[in-house]
Amino acid sequence: MSLSHSVIERLRSILGSDHVLTAREDLISYSFDGTAALQQLPGVVVLARSTADVVAVLKLATETKTPVVTRGSGTGLSGGSLPSADCIVLCLVKLDRILEVDAANLTLMTESGVTTIQIAEAAAAAGLFYPPDPGSMKISTIGGNVAENSGGLRGLKYGITRNYVMGLEVVLPDGEVLWTGNKCVKDVAGYSLRDLFIGSEGTLGVITRVLLKLLPKPAAKKTLVATYDQMDRAAQTVSDIIAAKIIPCTLEFLDRTTVRCVEDFAKVGLPVDCEAVLLMETDGHPAAVAEEASLMEALARRNGAIEVRVARDEAEANRLAAARRSAFSALARVAPTTILEDATVPRSELARMIRFVEGIARKYSLRIGTFGHMGDGNLHPTFLTDERNKEEMARVHHAFQEIFDEAIRLGGTITGEHGIGVAKKDFLPKFAGDASMRVMRELRRALDPQGILNPGKMFD
Amino acid sequence: MSAAPSSTPVVSHLKGLDYSVVQQCMHCGMCLPTCPTYDATKLERHSPRGRIALMRAIADDRLEPTKTFADEMYFCLGCLACMTACPAGVNYAELFEHARAEVESRQLLTSPKRTFIRGFTVKWLFMDHRRLTAVGRAMRLYQELGIQDLVRGSGVMKLFPKRLRELEAMTPKVQSQFSNELIARVTPATGAKRFTVAVLTGCAQDLIFSDVNRDTVEVLAMNGCEVHTPPDQPCCGSLHAHNGEWALAQQLARRMIDVLPPERYDAIITNAGGCGSHLKHYHKLLEGDPAYAERAALWDRKLKDIHEFLVPAGIVSPPPAEGPKVRVTYHESCHLSHGQKVVTQPRQLLNAIPGIELVELPEATWCCGSAGIYNLTQPEMAGQLLERKVKHIRSTGARVVATANPGCLLQVINGCQSAGVSVRVAHPVTLLAEAYRAEAPKAVAAVPA
Ligand SMILES: Cc1cc2nc3c(=O)[nH]c(=O)nc-3n(C[C@H](O)[C@H](O)[C@H](O)COP(=O)(O)OP(=O)(O)OC[C@H]3O[C@@H](n4cnc5c(N)ncnc54)[C@H](O)[C@@H]3O)c2cc1C
Ligand code: SF4
Ligand code: SF4
Repeated sequence: MSLSHSVIERLRSILGSDHVLTAREDLISYSFDGTAALQQLPGVVVLARSTADVVAVLKLATETKTPVVTRGSGTGLSGGSLPSADCIVLCLVKLDRILEVDAANLTLMTESGVTTIQIAEAAAAAGLFYPPDPGSMKISTIGGNVAENSGGLRGLKYGITRNYVMGLEVVLPDGEVLWTGNKCVKDVAGYSLRDLFIGSEGTLGVITRVLLKLLPKPAAKKTLVATYDQMDRAAQTVSDIIAAKIIPCTLEFLDRTTVRCVEDFAKVGLPVDCEAVLLMETDGHPAAVAEEASLMEALARRNGAIEVRVARDEAEANRLAAARRSAFSALARVAPTTILEDATVPRSELARMIRFVEGIARKYSLRIGTFGHMGDGNLHPTFLTDERNKEEMARVHHAFQEIFDEAIRLGGTITGEHGIGVAKKDFLPKFAGDASMRVMRELRRALDPQGILNPGKMFD
Repeated sequence: MSAAPSSTPVVSHLKGLDYSVVQQCMHCGMCLPTCPTYDATKLERHSPRGRIALMRAIADDRLEPTKTFADEMYFCLGCLACMTACPAGVNYAELFEHARAEVESRQLLTSPKRTFIRGFTVKWLFMDHRRLTAVGRAMRLYQELGIQDLVRGSGVMKLFPKRLRELEAMTPKVQSQFSNELIARVTPATGAKRFTVAVLTGCAQDLIFSDVNRDTVEVLAMNGCEVHTPPDQPCCGSLHAHNGEWALAQQLARRMIDVLPPERYDAIITNAGGCGSHLKHYHKLLEGDPAYAERAALWDRKLKDIHEFLVPAGIVSPPPAEGPKVRVTYHESCHLSHGQKVVTQPRQLLNAIPGIELVELPEATWCCGSAGIYNLTQPEMAGQLLERKVKHIRSTGARVVATANPGCLLQVINGCQSAGVSVRVAHPVTLLAEAYRAEAPKAVAAVPA
């Protein structure tokens, strides 16, 4: 079966033929996202330029029962925008206008295809601050961020995407447009539908506009880099900082393998001869920043840090943060296939989880590089492997299984920020339990009775 | 210059490539925002990630090399901004050259016009320096005798299609003297001799910017170099390698090594960003040739961009300048910054000139659209990029734009001229040479009419 000609013809007449792509060369270019080893050709790729375009495409899809896979920039790490066979890929990168920055109410209204960095820059230009900064922020779309409820380097103090979404415009599968939320700080009228769509991974509706909350820009910040000869010591520093009632905005961790790859790429002067690096940042009132930074430095030293370096200025701090953001891609320097994990545990269990992952790597003779948001209990152990080596891939699979089981046992979750998609679909029922699975299935059926939105993702 | 007979077996360059190079891209998308063609179209096919996916699909037998694929490979600027952005270390330059070689060996884009243009330029004109010089002389005559003005003034050009008219307007002004008429074969060092170096005079550079070569030699001599400029230097072959003519590129590399034996010099200096980026990889090109492989490796080690050579050697200070400082901005040649990673040195060189105030150009590393012969083959995209570049130049208020590649020099000159932005466009080394000659940096001058 393939997508019928008449559907493609009708798409052309709705969107104009420039925005309907069917050449094999185009289909190949949209046959994957940022997830390793997943690939599927779609039936057609369309580019929407307005909410009206999205409405028309979804009406047609509903009428013809054609599956629709919504796509932002395709940087997802769980296969969320991986096409299904003969589907319409609905790409939203041309919904690229920021509509309003409201300095009186500290909000920003934008179309969903705008990139995260453009939002951060627009906020900064008005002297304001949009904190969520996923590693992919240079290219990920805000729609993708909302659909995956993405985190970033500042989660510990500022939270994640969900904490900044005040309103959404969503097109439902039948083409009806729904608006949820407003500029009010408080609003308890009815169910919070907004929260339902955050993290829905393109399964409940297509997000076309987002109303975001902004903050005043912190007056000062200080960035520190501490190096250790043991991973445990870095983990202990993090626990001590939190126990000392300091909430830094960033506590990021890189192991030896990751630091080497990152330094090889970014050349920011990270020490390559150590077992662990902690990137720490505190921001806020200058006096508080100074005090917290010196306390953090002292705690790092007390835990045996080999060196603690303070970034000279904002430019150096930004370079360090940018280098950290490149970690995942930089690991690809040393292996053909990099498969990263996203298991998250309560912060108190972090040191235990790190040791467990190390043990698993040894048990299955796998190479890993680990980095992540240590302050959030969210690590990304990344397997450095080769998808052509079937036997090794099987070992990777077993290793995952054990890591997930342990994360759940420690009261954690199978994914902290990358979502279920197809990559973690098999693990969701066990993690969520029967009652949650039933409610999720019924919710999805209620909103998408024909099952046309992102079929096969998250759960069947 | 005839095309290969169709009976020759087709070599798949992409399939022959080490698979680890093809597989290196982990499709994270971090390169997308730095790619000019993706930025302009927002289509994955026109992005580095999409292009690599197509190359991989060919290597994996999931895609037949098609005309669409071929067009895509020529829509790519080859600016290599994606290589700077890529944390995974994907060698896009190598992938790209193999992909274009694949396109050429399969003759995917043959049309009589294209065959003629490529046959004339890539396979004939740029294969022999004498031919190039002869054509240069003819063009010089055309311009000097006023035929050009006559043709332009007569309105005859209006009879030609728009594209041809634009092309005519772009014909570079040929220098009144070529390098060998301007520069002695050996120029002694001023003061104590510290190095013996050779200067590559380039082909296009020599024809249209021979004064840049002269300035390069002067500046090197001022900095303690005995400078050799052997005559009859061939083209470096970058045009050929970037346009899928692998064998011709190898032929030119061998000839170059013969004319400038690397063992004789402490360094071999290039002042053209685009050439340098290719010249540093002769070993890769000749590694399969036992007679040349080792010398090519030595060649690569000796080859230095002029800024890269001068800055660590320590630049002799020019005499102090009088009068107010001239505001200068610096546009980075793609192949100097992304290809050779020479980023800080040209700025350091400019900052060493007393009469200059250097201001940063917004998006200094964004391609100006020149990209080899791209401005001839893809005028629309090239025009958009040029407009963007000129807009930023205007915003700096600079009176001089410095840039270190002949293609960029020409492109920026043309762009500023047609937008009515009155700036001078010059090679950084020219500005340094003028400072040594104790000339105040010229503000507005000699934009070719
Ligand atoms: C190098 C790298 C670093 C990363 N770092 C982080 C990180 O630090 N933190 C983090 O959380 N994630 C990170 N990610 C993962 C990824 O970037 C995020 O999930 C991001 O939000 C995806 O955005 P996108 O525009 O690429 O969406 P896509 O990948 O295109 O889509 C993601 C999912 O959202 C759906 N979707 C997209 N747009 C819409 C819309 N408008 N309406 C409805 N559904 C939609 C898709 O169907 C899909 O299910 C990283 C990825 C990479 C490659
Ligand atoms: S070329 Fe590099 S940056 Fe671009 S998608 Fe591939 S791995 Fe990522
Ligand atoms: S070389 Fe330039 S145009 Fe080509 S893919 Fe890379 S960034 Fe894009």
